[in-house]
Amino acid sequence: MKQLSSRLNERIGDNLLTLVATAGMLFLYIPVLVLIVFSFNDNRSLTLPLRGFTLKWYEKFLSNSDMLTAIGNSLYVATVATAVTIVIGTVAAFALDRVTFPGKTVFRRLILLPIALPGIITGISMLNMFKLMGINLSLETVILGHATGLVSIVVTQVYARLQRFNRRIEEASSDLGARPWQTFFYVTLPNIRLALIGSALLSFTVSFDEIPVTFFLTGRDNTLPMYIYSTLRRGITPEINAVGTVIVVLSLGLIILSVYLLRQSEKE
Amino acid sequence: MKESTRRNVTSFAIVSTPFLWTMIFLFVPYMVMFTYSFYLKKFPTFIPAFEFVNYLTIIVDPQYYQVLVRTAKIAITVAASAVMIAYPLSYFLVFKIKSNQLRSILYMAVIVPLWVSYLLRAYTWKTILGNEGILNSFLVWSGFLDQPTDIFLYNQFSMVVTLTYIFVPFMVMPIYMALEKIPRSMIEASKDLGVGPIRTFLRVTLPLSMPGVIAGATFTICLTFGDFVAAFLVGGPNGAMIATIIQSQFGATLNWPLGAALSIVMLVIVLTIISLSDRLERAGRIDLD
Repeated sequence: MKQLSSRLNERIGDNLLTLVATAGMLFLYIPVLVLIVFSFNDNRSLTLPLRGFTLKWYEKFLSNSDMLTAIGNSLYVATVATAVTIVIGTVAAFALDRVTFPGKTVFRRLILLPIALPGIITGISMLNMFKLMGINLSLETVILGHATGLVSIVVTQVYARLQRFNRRIEEASSDLGARPWQTFFYVTLPNIRLALIGSALLSFTVSFDEIPVTFFLTGRDNTLPMYIYSTLRRGITPEINAVGTVIVVLSLGLIILSVYLLRQSEKE
Repeated sequence: MKESTRRNVTSFAIVSTPFLWTMIFLFVPYMVMFTYSFYLKKFPTFIPAFEFVNYLTIIVDPQYYQVLVRTAKIAITVAASAVMIAYPLSYFLVFKIKSNQLRSILYMAVIVPLWVSYLLRAYTWKTILGNEGILNSFLVWSGFLDQPTDIFLYNQFSMVVTLTYIFVPFMVMPIYMALEKIPRSMIEASKDLGVGPIRTFLRVTLPLSMPGVIAGATFTICLTFGDFVAAFLVGGPNGAMIATIIQSQFGATLNWPLGAALSIVMLVIVLTIISLSDRLERAGRIDLD
């Protein structure tokens, strides 16, 4: 009898858990669905019931030259910031993995700090420094800000990969007469390739969508999130849903690819 | 060049590049910000000084104290709500989904939104909760309400909902990893000893997954502390956060020294939370080896 009731309890508990977990999943995805559905809805205001299918919000944003300029700016910032981050982050990961030097712990803490620190602090502190040095704000200062914030992502991933890396392969390469740079480019780099590509995709997406650092470091040019942010002052429009849908769908694609690559890299 | 010299040169280059980068773009900016926090505001910008006026203002003027308390309250509420959603979700994924492939697909589906546009994820809640929003029009359309209500948007409720939504994936990640690490044999052993499922959960699973909860809560609280985007979109007049105040010092209010001082206060709070949670996690860690 007691066993029966305990089993019954477990069943109820399981069902309750399934219910709560499903609700959690719905909570995560309903807003994304709302964004997508309303980008195709033929109604200026974002209200139910739906009025019918239209592509006009997409046409509208594709003919909005300010928005297209902003997209171009964001692509430029994200591409350069990712390139810089990958180089600095990879070198830093090698330094942490292979070299002993004084102040290593402090260095590690400092470089990883932007993961947990709110972006506003990175943004404001760099704004202060640029002001002191008399450097005018531009897309390039945004790039420096993004690269600094994102290095932590690359360092974490590449360092994790290097820790699992079998150094014997490198020794073998050098025993066979390869020069250090040859070993690096032909042996080491191909082995950590997945971690590099994965964290590059992640950095790119985050930089493309970034707002707290950009807010303080951008000059007259707007990135796409900054452009959207400024139009939101004037209220919401289905056009934002249309461009938002494109961003969210592309970001989801890039991130899924990146997480997949990083997981594969974990298995290597 | 001798082999050892060359190796030293390489090592030096490998260390110095990122070291210089962190010095120039992290350490120096913090120091500049720290210096500015002692400067004095003087139209149109500010003048060098070594005064504690800005810090004194933060302490004396109740406005800042109130905003700090409100920010802390919202941050803690957000962390608590995120745990309430993330814990059962992670538990379900780890213990109830039997297929490895399905589990990793679902886990990915949960954490992927983390990196998707912060701005847009906050923005959708503005469209959902607003007076003319989706929730209101649904409630009116289905007959629950006679007319749209303002209670959903521009208050602390909408702040908590939006920020919780944003940070749930951040919470799932460490909790999921902590739960995954628990050896199944320990849970089975507890069951074999006749301990019921609820007590097994409370005495075995929950304590062993606590480091994950602490890590997730730390992230959530720290990042909520620095948020001004959600506050701008869904916060309303009573939703101003400490980051909102800081932001306005560098914009409309134009008082950089005060803004710098407030940023230093935020930095100190966040670093304190991180080191406290570090200590808590280390104290609570149970060695499974």
